[in-house]
Amino acid sequence: MDAAWIALTLSLKVAGWATAINLLLGVGVGYALARWRFPGRDLVDAVLTLPMVMPPTVLGYYLLVVIGSQGVVGAWLLEHFGIRLIFTWQAAVIAATIVSFPLVFKAARAAFETVDPQLEEAARTLGIRELAVFFRVSLPLAWRGILAGLLLAFARALGEFGATLMVAGSIAGKTQTLSIAVYEAVQAGQDDTANFLVAITSITCIAVLLSAGRLVPGRVLTRG
Amino acid sequence: MINHCDAQYRSDMTSHTARFFTSLAAAFIGLSAQAANLTVSAASSLTNALRDIAPLFEAAHPGTQLQLNFGASGALLQQIAKGAPADVFASADQETMNQAQAKGLIKTGQRRNFVSNALVVIVPNRASVAPGALSDLIKPAFARIAIGLPASVPVGRYSRDVLEAAKLWGAIEPKTIGANSVRQALDYVARAEVDAGFVYATDAALMASKVKVAFSVPTAQSIRYPVAPLTGAPNADAATKFVDFLFTPPAQSVLAKYGFGKP
Repeated sequence: MDAAWIALTLSLKVAGWATAINLLLGVGVGYALARWRFPGRDLVDAVLTLPMVMPPTVLGYYLLVVIGSQGVVGAWLLEHFGIRLIFTWQAAVIAATIVSFPLVFKAARAAFETVDPQLEEAARTLGIRELAVFFRVSLPLAWRGILAGLLLAFARALGEFGATLMVAGSIAGKTQTLSIAVYEAVQAGQDDTANFLVAITSITCIAVLLSAGRLVPGRVLTRG
Repeated sequence: MINHCDAQYRSDMTSHTARFFTSLAAAFIGLSAQAANLTVSAASSLTNALRDIAPLFEAAHPGTQLQLNFGASGALLQQIAKGAPADVFASADQETMNQAQAKGLIKTGQRRNFVSNALVVIVPNRASVAPGALSDLIKPAFARIAIGLPASVPVGRYSRDVLEAAKLWGAIEPKTIGANSVRQALDYVARAEVDAGFVYATDAALMASKVKVAFSVPTAQSIRYPVAPLTGAPNADAATKFVDFLFTPPAQSVLAKYGFGKP
């Protein structure tokens, strides 16, 4: 059952990377949308939320068209750097990042909006620079809501299947994540393997949720 | 008085709610209980041909509606083994059908081969190099080779078997990109995400604008597609008629149009 552990490690790696990228992107975009008023803000919010509501197959197709070796970005990468993204674990990270992005930026935006602007103003009157206001006032006050979003995003990235299968394929030991390994095992009628993988997945998810409870005491998950 | 009105209102609401959920349940059950449907689970490579045959069959048997379910033969077998209400099974290889037979899922007496196919190696149309023989595939120019997953996709098993027979499987396996069906392997080549791929001649012909056949691969056993009605068929009568229909001249001419050979 070594293959199952490799699949688990890969799933954790992909979800970890996706969550780390979303920590930067989601918090940044969430803060920008919470603080700046500009025309079309609602439209931007809606477009950025799309990955959460769109079928994963649609997302997978978009990704193939963009980062595939004949796609706009994919062709450029291939020509200048000789990089082919499709069928790599990095492609799985890209898919997982996009799918879980709305969970982080939505939570971050809501969390920043609950931060009292007067506290930020008070900090400014004390002569603190804008960047320091963000890191010493806004972010600490919004942190619990953001963390809740990040945990949900990690869980979602761990379970990502459709778009990942389309752009990263199913290469054992390389791009075959837990959810894809389960699919393969069921398709091939290997019920023993499927049972084992499903058990590992369930235990992993429970472990993630339990450690989420430890990490974020109180009612954060319902507040997010 | 007020209390009375209130009670009246509440009982009205309750009966409305009950009626709403009853009609909802009826609609839901109605969806799954349409009579005279015939469900055919068929190998992906048959997709286009069977979609053309479906209206011919329906015209010849008014009142029967055909539902086509395509996938890798191995995946379809698993669905049927787990109780999917299919009537007919058409597999792309004998091995999958043998497994269905061993599990008692098909009417063995009515199992017949209805078409044959050929294994080919294809490359993207724009590829600068094309392999001339199996042994060329070990060259670095072919870094990624699409192949059906041997565990569930017949074309993958045929491909693995010929590579093993040629003592090349060990060198080529690390470069393979597993596909969930022959059509997925075809798509990978058409998008030039892989440098070569193993598919059926009939699939390659469908994408002639995007892929080209490098060479055909002779297989130890000829590739023949078996079809059979299922023992658990909800619509057993129509299942037999459909299997028979595949051997009639109109159906065989559609299959021939797509490049399938005589069994």
